[in-house]
Amino acid sequence: MNDQATLLHEKTSRLHIRRLMNRLILGVVIIISLAVFFVILALLYTIVKKGLPNINIHFLIGPPEEIDAGGGVGPFLWNSIYILVLSLLLSLPIGIGAGIFLAEYAPNNRIMEWVRGAIESLASVPSIVFGLFGYALFVEYFQIGVTILGASITLALLNLPVLARVSEEAITAVPSTWKEASFALGATKAQTIIKTVLPAAKKGILTGVSLVACRAFGESAIILLVGGTSSSGQMWDFHLFSEGATLPVHLWYIQSEALVADAQQIAEKTSALLVLMVLFLSFIVRFPLWLSQRKK
Amino acid sequence: MEKQSPDWTDAMNLLTAHRQSRWTVKYTADRFFRFLCLGSVIFLGAVLGAIVLFVSETGFLVFRDVSLSEFFFSPHWDPEHGKYGAAVFIAGTLYLTLVTLLITTPISICVAVFIAEIAPPWLRQWLRTLLDLLVGIPSIVYGYLGATLLIPWIREHTGAPVGDGFLAAALVLSIMILPTITRITDDALCAVPNEWREANYALGGTTFQMIVRVVLPAAKSGIAAAVILGMARAIGETMAVVMVIGNVAQWGFDLVTPSSVLTSHIVMQILNVDFQSTTNHALYMMALLLLMISISLIMLIRRLRLKGGAS
Repeated sequence: MNDQATLLHEKTSRLHIRRLMNRLILGVVIIISLAVFFVILALLYTIVKKGLPNINIHFLIGPPEEIDAGGGVGPFLWNSIYILVLSLLLSLPIGIGAGIFLAEYAPNNRIMEWVRGAIESLASVPSIVFGLFGYALFVEYFQIGVTILGASITLALLNLPVLARVSEEAITAVPSTWKEASFALGATKAQTIIKTVLPAAKKGILTGVSLVACRAFGESAIILLVGGTSSSGQMWDFHLFSEGATLPVHLWYIQSEALVADAQQIAEKTSALLVLMVLFLSFIVRFPLWLSQRKK
Repeated sequence: MEKQSPDWTDAMNLLTAHRQSRWTVKYTADRFFRFLCLGSVIFLGAVLGAIVLFVSETGFLVFRDVSLSEFFFSPHWDPEHGKYGAAVFIAGTLYLTLVTLLITTPISICVAVFIAEIAPPWLRQWLRTLLDLLVGIPSIVYGYLGATLLIPWIREHTGAPVGDGFLAAALVLSIMILPTITRITDDALCAVPNEWREANYALGGTTFQMIVRVVLPAAKSGIAAAVILGMARAIGETMAVVMVIGNVAQWGFDLVTPSSVLTSHIVMQILNVDFQSTTNHALYMMALLLLMISISLIMLIRRLRLKGGAS
C-alpha cells in the first residue's frame, strides 16, 4: 500500500517535471523567436525612419554631387530600374522556356537528370563568379568598358537558372488531369501549355519572378564589376553604353569611398530607399495574385 | 440521293482546304513552340557551360607560375613579391562560414519550430510573409547596417581598435541567411504528417517531447538541406562582407581583427590587376574554388533529397 502510494507520488511528480520542462522550453523558444523578429523589424524600422523623412523629389531624381552636399541619386535609381527591366526582359522568356521544356518535353533520361542537376547547382553559384565572367567578356574582351548593357546581360545570366528551376517546379505541380482535359478537347501541346498549364502555374512562377527581381535589384558585386561605380550623371538616360552603377553599388561607394560632404545622410536615405523599393517590388509582383485569390 | 451542285462541292473543298491549312498552322505552331523551349534549354546550358569553362580555363593558368601546394597551403599573399598563397582566403571563407552557421543554425531552427509548431495560424501566415520579404532585402543594406551600427558597437564592447573582422561579418551574414534557413526548415517541419504528432500526444508526450523526438528527427534531411543552402549563400556573399570584414590579407582567426575571405578579396583586387597577370589568374582560381564549393554543396542537397524521398 505504502509502496503504491510512493510510486503514484513519484509518477505524478515526474509528470509535473515534464510539464514544467515543456512549458519552460516552449517559453524559451517563443521568447527567442519573438526577439529575433523584433530585432530584424527594429533594424528595418531604424533604416526607414532615419532615411525616409529626408527623401524628397530632388533626392530621387536629382544628379549626384562629387564634393558638395545636397546631391541626389536620380541616375542611380534610374539605372537600377532600367537594368532590372532589361535583365528581366532578357531572362524571363528564356528562363521560363527552359522551365517548360524541362517540365513538359524533356525525356526522363540520365542526360536530363544531369542538366537538372547542373541548373540547380548554378542557381546558387556565388554572384561574384558571374561578375568575373561578365567583366572578362564585356570589359576585357569586347572592350566596351563598364556599361548598362553588360550589367543587364550578366544579371540576366545570374537569374536564368533560378527562373528555369522555379518555373519547372511550378509547372510540374500542375495536375496532369488538367492537361489531359485540354488534349481531349483537341488542343495541341503548345496550346495546352500556354492556355492551361501556365495560368495554373502562375502563382509559383510569379513568386519566382519576384524573388529574381529582388535579387537582381539588390545585386551589387556584378554591378560593381560590369556596371561600374558611377553613372552618366543624367536622368532618363536610355543609352545602353553609359556607366551602369545602381543604388546598391552607390550605397557601397558612398559608405566606403566617397568624398561628398553629406555622405552619411545620402547613405541613410539610399538604404531606406532600397528597402522601400524592394518591398514595393515584391508588392507589385504579388499584388495581382493576392487580389485574384481574394476574389475566389 | 440527289447530286450535289457544283457550288456545294466547291464550298466543301474550300472548307477542307481551310481546315487543313488551319491544321497545318496549328501543328507548325506546336512544333515551333517546342523548338523555342528546346532552344532556351540549349542556350541556358551553353551559356552556363561557357562560364564554368571560361572561369576554370583562366583559373588554371595560375599554375603555370605558382605551384599547387603554394596556392592552396601557403598563407603568404603578396603579389608584388611573387607570393600567391591563397590559404588565407580559403581558411577565412571556411572559418567565417563556420562561425556564421554556429550563430544562425540554432536560432533559425528555433524560429522555424515556433512558426510551424507553436504560433497560432494567423501569426504563422504573417511571419511567413515577413520572412519571404526579408529574403529579398539587398545584402548591401545588411552590410551597411553592419558597418554603421555593429562595428561601432563591437569596438566599444571588445576594445578592438578597428572592429572589422570575422565577428562583424558573421553577425551580418547570420541575419542575412536566417530567413532562408528558417523558411526552408519551416517547410520541412510542415511536411511531417500530423498523425505522427497525434500519436505522440496519444502516448502522453508533451509538445516539447513531440518536437524533439518526432518532428525534428523526421524533418532531419530537410533541415540539413536548409542549412546547406544557407551555407552556400554565406560562402558566396560578397559586398555585405566587403563592408565589414576589413579586407586585410592576414592569417589569423581572431574574431575582431580585420581579415579577408575569397569573395571579398576577389572583388577588391580584380579592378586593379591586368587581365593577363598571374594575380588575375589567381583571382579566377579563387572564383573557381567558390564555384566548386557551391556546386558540391548543391550536389549534397540533391543526394539528401533523394535519400529523404526514399525513406
